[in-house]
Amino acid sequence: MAAEGELLEVAMGPQHPSTHGVFRMDVVLDGERVVKLKPVFGYLHRNHEKIAESTTYLGSMPYTDRLDYFCSLTNNWAYALAVEKLAGLQVPERAEYIRVITAELTRLQNHCCLIGFLLQDMGALGTPLMYAFREREKILDLFEALTGARMMCNYMRFGGCRVDLPEGWVQEAKQVADEFPRFLDEFERLLRENEILMARTQGIGTLPKELAVNAGVTGPMLRASGVNYDIRKVDRYGIYDRFDLKVPLGDHGDVFDRYMIRVLEMRESVKILQRALNDLPPGPIIDPKAKLRGFRPKPGEAYGRIEAPKGELGFYLISGGSPNPYRYRVRPPSLINLTILEDMCLGQLVADAVIILGSVDIVLGEVDR
Amino acid sequence: MLGEGIIKGMTETARNFLGSYVSKHRLVTVQYPEERLPPKEAARQFPFLVYDGDDWRKGLRCVACQICEKECPPQCIYIRKSKDKKPDYLGKAQLYPAVFDIDYSVCMSCQICVEVCPFDAIKMDTEYELSTDNRFEGLLVHVDQLAKSNEYYRRIHPVEAAETDGRLAGQKARAEAKTKADAEAKVKAAATLNSAAPTPTP
Amino acid sequence: MLPTLEQIKMRLEAAVRGARVEIIPNDSPSGQRSLLADREHAFAVAKFLRADPELRLDYCSNATGVDWPEMEIPEKIKVKQTVAGVEKEVEQIRKTRRPGFLEVVYHLYAMEKKHGPVILRVRTENRADRVQVPSLTPIWRSCEFQEREIYDLYGITFDGHPDLRRILMWDGFQDHPMRKDYAAPDDYEYEPTPHDEVLERAKRHYSKRGAAGIE
Repeated sequence: MAAEGELLEVAMGPQHPSTHGVFRMDVVLDGERVVKLKPVFGYLHRNHEKIAESTTYLGSMPYTDRLDYFCSLTNNWAYALAVEKLAGLQVPERAEYIRVITAELTRLQNHCCLIGFLLQDMGALGTPLMYAFREREKILDLFEALTGARMMCNYMRFGGCRVDLPEGWVQEAKQVADEFPRFLDEFERLLRENEILMARTQGIGTLPKELAVNAGVTGPMLRASGVNYDIRKVDRYGIYDRFDLKVPLGDHGDVFDRYMIRVLEMRESVKILQRALNDLPPGPIIDPKAKLRGFRPKPGEAYGRIEAPKGELGFYLISGGSPNPYRYRVRPPSLINLTILEDMCLGQLVADAVIILGSVDIVLGEVDR
Repeated sequence: MLGEGIIKGMTETARNFLGSYVSKHRLVTVQYPEERLPPKEAARQFPFLVYDGDDWRKGLRCVACQICEKECPPQCIYIRKSKDKKPDYLGKAQLYPAVFDIDYSVCMSCQICVEVCPFDAIKMDTEYELSTDNRFEGLLVHVDQLAKSNEYYRRIHPVEAAETDGRLAGQKARAEAKTKADAEAKVKAAATLNSAAPTPTP
Repeated sequence: MLPTLEQIKMRLEAAVRGARVEIIPNDSPSGQRSLLADREHAFAVAKFLRADPELRLDYCSNATGVDWPEMEIPEKIKVKQTVAGVEKEVEQIRKTRRPGFLEVVYHLYAMEKKHGPVILRVRTENRADRVQVPSLTPIWRSCEFQEREIYDLYGITFDGHPDLRRILMWDGFQDHPMRKDYAAPDDYEYEPTPHDEVLERAKRHYSKRGAAGIE
């Protein structure tokens, strides 16, 4: 243990290739071991919650795309769910199926990003990332054909979806879903038994179960620590109770478990996707009582949450009877998951701090809003 | 053997590298700007105004109702109504926009203006090569740059344009049928009135 | 299954001596009613909610700050008045002044039992100087960053928070941005703009604040 004067304080970030956005970590190092770590963020703070108080409910929908900018369709769904709870709108069945299909596609492409970035942080400079992005491009092409934009989709509306599936989209989506397991097998062959991966991720950044629950960690990080809590199964929002959803759980809660949980979740998502594409019923796309302009929900409040790819994404809305919300709050999974970053990194090497941050899977658009 | 996993991984990389010479599936890049991928049917970039016919001043569908200005989330549209009226495709006299400015540097391509427009006057373009050298006014477009013909709209979004054209033609047909029915009813009413009215006795 | 809010209220008042718990109604179709706990016993109430074997609410999902400025609530009342010699009941609108306060709303779920939500609210005394509430971070660690954010954006101080400082705004920032009476600064356009009026306003703004500068 070094004396007080021999500790080195390093500011990792905000311009740093591995910090997944404008994020800073003030680490105090003893040699190469981390003694203290304080995360600093707010560089991307746009005060989205205040903008929403002066915009209509519909006008906030494009802004929710920009929260977790990788997964814009699940952000849209969470907001639409909260507003539907607030106003009591019913969603038709075809729209529910389309929501499930787009949410699972979003989960697939988000986890592709994550496994690519995590491996790049470990030093596999670009190869697994580009293989993952090759698959992600196919999914983004599907999004562009459906919504018009690759990332900022602005697709869900209160009471359903904006526009119906174009011709041939279901065939293309089925093709993507059928080719996806082949990509996963190839990826596993590339890296599963790699000794460097094993040495760098197993036993690093363990998160015990009780601390994970107390710190409000959700999503794949929580399930890697062994807690069986998946909001798709607990709340059964949408039509997820029709699908046979298996929840993979981890044993140790280290970085390797978080990585493997995401790969297993991708396989589960492909199964749900194939089933939903087969069962898609015809029908209307949006609740006939939903209004595009002049939408004024009754005074009250609602909290709606979904299982976003990063964790639990919740929207808390208080309505005062006017076209703008009185209070609009986003519960960001990435911010809450960062609470125990310090606990996980204490005593580890500084290079491992980067990998642990990569396995938490943060997106600064969501942390800062 | 130590390093076996790494060697297995390397064979995958080699397969991808050599495979990119023979199979299209492994070579996924496009040499932009010599090659360009065709945009999808629904792709959207920035809005533009549609006009029917050849002269944009006569055929502009926009009637300056200012709904898109109110609903735009970042408030990038600026409209000023005209003082006089001109006839639209149904023959009714409507206002038109004297000033219609969109600030493309503020616009976030959310497409809400297209959704709320009741006249199918504003649609999404697919033009994305819009670089300019003036940071503040270079991306502020006025109504003469925004107005593009219906032929152009049909070229970039064939499915959407066909549906819009069908709907507008249906509205026009219904409006014409209604005026014809009204005129016939008036003539019939005048005829019955003439036949039923008693001749005034002096 | 989660017991009803009335049952939870009864058990809370029995378990925590002196706690005053109210149920706040919610008329929208979501029907999510909440419990309002008083400031002095909020910590004990939260501890009971986590420790009680039937509830076991061990997961605090969301902590939100809300700003309720002072407002007048109109209500229609019937008043007996003599009009033209006849005593009648007349409808009048009476305005009651409700003082302003800041509020913290916690959404609590249970991960083990998989039920919820139970919504807990704590209010401050006023919006100006008495803005302290007890911090629930020692009970649920997930409130740590969220309470820091509420302090940063609303100005509510949490007694007992391990590390209360600004999280999203920079450290020297003065105001609290999410309050309803927050006025955005008129000198935020740091780069040259063609809008002369903005530059004029910024010049006036700086000359008013003197040498205080940007911060």
